[in-house]
Amino acid sequence: MKGNEALAEAAIRAGCKCFFGYPITPQTELAAYMAKRMNKEGGVFLQAESEIAAINMVLGAASTGVRAMTSSSSPGISLKSEGISYMAGSDVPAVIINVQRGGPGLGGIQPSQADYWQATKANGHGDFQLLVYAPCSVQEMVDMVVKAFDTADKYRVPAMILADGLLGQMMEPVSFPEINPNAVDKSSWATTGHGNKRAHNIVNSLYINATDLEDVVRERYERYAKIEANETDAELYQTEDADVLVCAYGATARVVKSAVNAARAEGIKAGMFRPKTLWPFPKKELNEAAKNASKLLCVEMSMGQMVDDIKLAINCSKPVSFFGRTGGVIPTPAEVLSEIKTLAAQAE
Amino acid sequence: MAIVFEKPHALCDVPMHYCPGCTHGIVHRLLCEVIDEMGIEGDTIGVCPVGCSVFAYNYFNCDMIEAPHGRAPAVATGVKRSNPDKFVFTYQGDGDLAAIGTAETVHVGARGENIVVIFINNTIYGMTGGQMAPTTIPGQVTQTTPFGRDTALAGHPIRVCEMMATLSGTALAQRVAVDTVPHIRETKKAIRKAFENQKEKRGLSIVEILSTCPTNWGLSPLDAIKRLQDECIPYYPLGVYKDVTAEGGDK
Amino acid sequence: MKKMTVNEERCKGCGLCTTACPKKLVVLRKDKRNKKGYFPAECTDDAACISCAMCAMMCPECAITIEK
Repeated sequence: MKGNEALAEAAIRAGCKCFFGYPITPQTELAAYMAKRMNKEGGVFLQAESEIAAINMVLGAASTGVRAMTSSSSPGISLKSEGISYMAGSDVPAVIINVQRGGPGLGGIQPSQADYWQATKANGHGDFQLLVYAPCSVQEMVDMVVKAFDTADKYRVPAMILADGLLGQMMEPVSFPEINPNAVDKSSWATTGHGNKRAHNIVNSLYINATDLEDVVRERYERYAKIEANETDAELYQTEDADVLVCAYGATARVVKSAVNAARAEGIKAGMFRPKTLWPFPKKELNEAAKNASKLLCVEMSMGQMVDDIKLAINCSKPVSFFGRTGGVIPTPAEVLSEIKTLAAQAE
Repeated sequence: MAIVFEKPHALCDVPMHYCPGCTHGIVHRLLCEVIDEMGIEGDTIGVCPVGCSVFAYNYFNCDMIEAPHGRAPAVATGVKRSNPDKFVFTYQGDGDLAAIGTAETVHVGARGENIVVIFINNTIYGMTGGQMAPTTIPGQVTQTTPFGRDTALAGHPIRVCEMMATLSGTALAQRVAVDTVPHIRETKKAIRKAFENQKEKRGLSIVEILSTCPTNWGLSPLDAIKRLQDECIPYYPLGVYKDVTAEGGDK
Repeated sequence: MKKMTVNEERCKGCGLCTTACPKKLVVLRKDKRNKKGYFPAECTDDAACISCAMCAMMCPECAITIEK
């Protein structure tokens, strides 16, 4: 199954009732799949007039407590930033998919990881965080969509799947687990009509009084602290004795894994750390993976974004170098192996 | 003694923040009277805009959502599509609806989204302190048209009802005013018709309500009503621009 | 018999009700301010009031209750 279609099917199985989208390459198959399936499943598919409208339709639907989703690619995600900030500020959970392409501006349509900062640091104005999941296979796309819906509901925060054009277009065998959408009781806040049985619910992000706003933001950050304590996830590959630890996420991690295997074949103690959650960033897991490493290498399809989080997570206690291709160019295993070899040689 | 007029239940019993003489309060009450009379408070979800009526969520007793600036029709679409049996309305000002939210507004009309849009046209931005709105009348002085709106520089106003009436999905496009009691009665009838349209799934109903902004017009409440009558109503003629239930359809 | 009751704390003294009364009975008080400093409206002649509620319909604050 194609990555984009798997994302859609997984969402439907996870109980997503509404999908609002706007066409953009390279995520278009997702919307097309939703258009075929959603209405048959008793859900809602609607092509909006813009990404801005689509995210706000998600805000509306999710405000009533239903599971809702939108998907786009990099330039479209920029347009959704306003709505994402409002959703975070109104504590409305939903899932946003970013099948990244090259940027900035219109950029290109080839795979990229240049939206890491946007996803983890600044997807809209104000003090807030998005849950960010980074799949590296079609199977993981399926698993993470389900996880994203559940976790978003649990903490009342929006969640993002940060994929890329490579994963979106990739075809792989996939199995759909039996999914029981975690039924979270949303009746205390969802705007479903009060039915003359309770006071009116208000979904809102406006607090004119500064101390009121501070209180609300602080409460949200208490939830973020719980998320950071409980929801990190990472893959550690051959890290136990690794001297050179290569860090990568998403599709890039597949390339890195090949390079690590090749390095091992040549007797170099290489390992890989792959965060599956980009926020919360798996700091503990990274420190565990890096415990025996003398140096780290971060590989990204960007000019270097996650590398900052790697340095922060280890408190710059070890040298961290960077190798990246950008603009839609995918690094090759040979390029990464060459970087690993250079680092290993420095160690001697 | 019998009560012949009192606050509708759907209007919360809290003081409103609007300036003295601002007609937002009249429209709030009319909307709530319609909600009361149709007995739909428990099944209604309102979406408020960014602008002076941003706090409307505190005044309506039904469930409320506060939308980003201009996006209320999109938010309402999400609510309505996922809850087709509920009543959904937006309450928007001229800057929200006809400037930043023009696309969202046009497309709920094009889609025939089965919601009610209450559109307050007072020809100025209120909350931000009196800047030019898309509906500011040529010659009108605002903070950002200090010498009067010059159409060569700032372009022309948008006549929203006329525009919305051209869209196939629009069921009702009607312009009313709240300057006199007869017009207020007419406004309530239009709002009622809009909600009845929603009940019968007829498509988008937009009720444009010519309103005052005494503070930013720099007029007393009574003089503001006079300006509404002397300048606004002539420029924005009242009437039904489209009504799919009317004999012969459109105007 | 009082027919027009003004919630004086809600009233903002805008005076729109004074123009709506067909009998010209509604005025803003000059002898009393509410907590916000506004002069609230009142009916000057309860006997002459016909309980038409036009003042209440014009009131932006929903501050008027009418009985008959």
